[in-house]
Amino acid sequence: MALIKLTNASVQIPIYNARSRSLKNRIFKIATGGKLGSDQKGNVYVDALKNLNLEIKNGDRLGIIGHNGAGKTTLLRVLSGAYHPTNGDVLQEGKSASLIHISLGINPEATGRENVFLRGAMLGLGKKKLMNKFKEIIDFCDLGDFIDMPVRTYSTGMKLRLAFAVSTSIAPDILLMDEWLSVGDKEFSIKAEQRLIKLLETTKILVIASHSRALIEKTCNRVIWMENGEIKMEGNPKHICKIYFG
Amino acid sequence: MVKGSYKSVILNWLNLINILSINDIKNRYRRSFIGPFWITISISVTISCIGLVFGSIFGSPMKEFLPFLSVGLIIWLFIGAIIEGGCNAFVSAEELIKQLPVPFFIHTLRVIWHQTIVFSHNILLIPFVMLLFKKAPSLNLLLVIPGFILLLTILTWICIVCAIISTRFRDLPQIISSLLQVGFYVTPVIWMPSMLPDRVGSTLLNANPFYHMIEIVRAPILGNFPTLENWVVCISISIFGWIFTFLIYNKTRKHIAYWL
Repeated sequence: MALIKLTNASVQIPIYNARSRSLKNRIFKIATGGKLGSDQKGNVYVDALKNLNLEIKNGDRLGIIGHNGAGKTTLLRVLSGAYHPTNGDVLQEGKSASLIHISLGINPEATGRENVFLRGAMLGLGKKKLMNKFKEIIDFCDLGDFIDMPVRTYSTGMKLRLAFAVSTSIAPDILLMDEWLSVGDKEFSIKAEQRLIKLLETTKILVIASHSRALIEKTCNRVIWMENGEIKMEGNPKHICKIYFG
Repeated sequence: MVKGSYKSVILNWLNLINILSINDIKNRYRRSFIGPFWITISISVTISCIGLVFGSIFGSPMKEFLPFLSVGLIIWLFIGAIIEGGCNAFVSAEELIKQLPVPFFIHTLRVIWHQTIVFSHNILLIPFVMLLFKKAPSLNLLLVIPGFILLLTILTWICIVCAIISTRFRDLPQIISSLLQVGFYVTPVIWMPSMLPDRVGSTLLNANPFYHMIEIVRAPILGNFPTLENWVVCISISIFGWIFTFLIYNKTRKHIAYWL
């Protein structure tokens, strides 16, 4: 059973080094980015999310659309548990994993092999579990002898292959993504696509932020449209995409 | 989290801490020939130099002074590195904190474990120093175990508090590093308490928490008993410190990610 429930969740990000006079007693509304505001003490903050109510259940494939700065990434971070809402509550059941930044924690000085363990530990794979999957991961990224070379000697594509192979070796209940992952050359990207689709089959909830209409319509069964940190519209992909993308 | 999987979750966290710390150390010595043993070499050079210079300035017998200096300096460096590392613990882990939903103490324990590994490289030097001056270990050495655990307990909360406050107030690391420099001179590391004039001495010493923290580990290694006062002060620092830490952690936990 997987479930994420946000109740009146708000995120206000304080900015401590921008305590300028002009911002102090005024509230701006700017085109991109959330609303900037200030509290009584004169601290400037960004209203990244405002009073969000959202329930994501088993089987949901939720797409998030919206302009840059609408709060998509912040929402994903809240859903992943990295951000606690400054107001309101989050309830999460089930193991979640994020494919938002697959190269997170990859150390260029360490070898490919060491990085598999490093990245694996961050994904919550224990040593034993990782050992079992190790061969499969190495085979999948197909790096040959380079697996024992420092990652700094890799090409960008090779780095992504490695990061992708480890990051997708988990089986979470909830999967968070920022755009679809496509890595490597033509041959590898087909392989990667299949692996990702297979991973999606076993995940109970998918949340994906995207600017691609085709992707949203293909993958999702539910869409929310974010604007200025609020949900502007919610519904089925076809309907919302029609309004949003025009 | 799913019920019943707490044990595996905790094991995963420990695994993560271990891998990150080892990686931190490896990174530093990645392309060097003798690797982390540079730590041991550099401290032995420092000890020999300080030992020769200050030993002759103070006119203290080397047989007493050098073991005292070696043990004290190694412990002092351990304390200092954890406090300074603590100040950067969250700031330098910004990427991880914003992406990875792991508890914050992982990032501070990473600093503690990293420095403990460094400490274990440094402490290898002590048997050689003892051998050099033909000092046989006594049963008091066993007291080093509770002493070190108590020291770690204190340093762990200091590390967490420093990490939290330095993330919010970026001036703190600068203040702390100057305080540590002063601390080094007012704490008996390169000078021995017996060199102080009687009256001034005991006040200066007993008011200095670093003195007690070092003493509970140093005294047993040198074959002495830490005083009851050393123990009482350290235990109190530990208890009150942890209460303070829990309060501050509870209050700031939800905000730390936004301060980065």
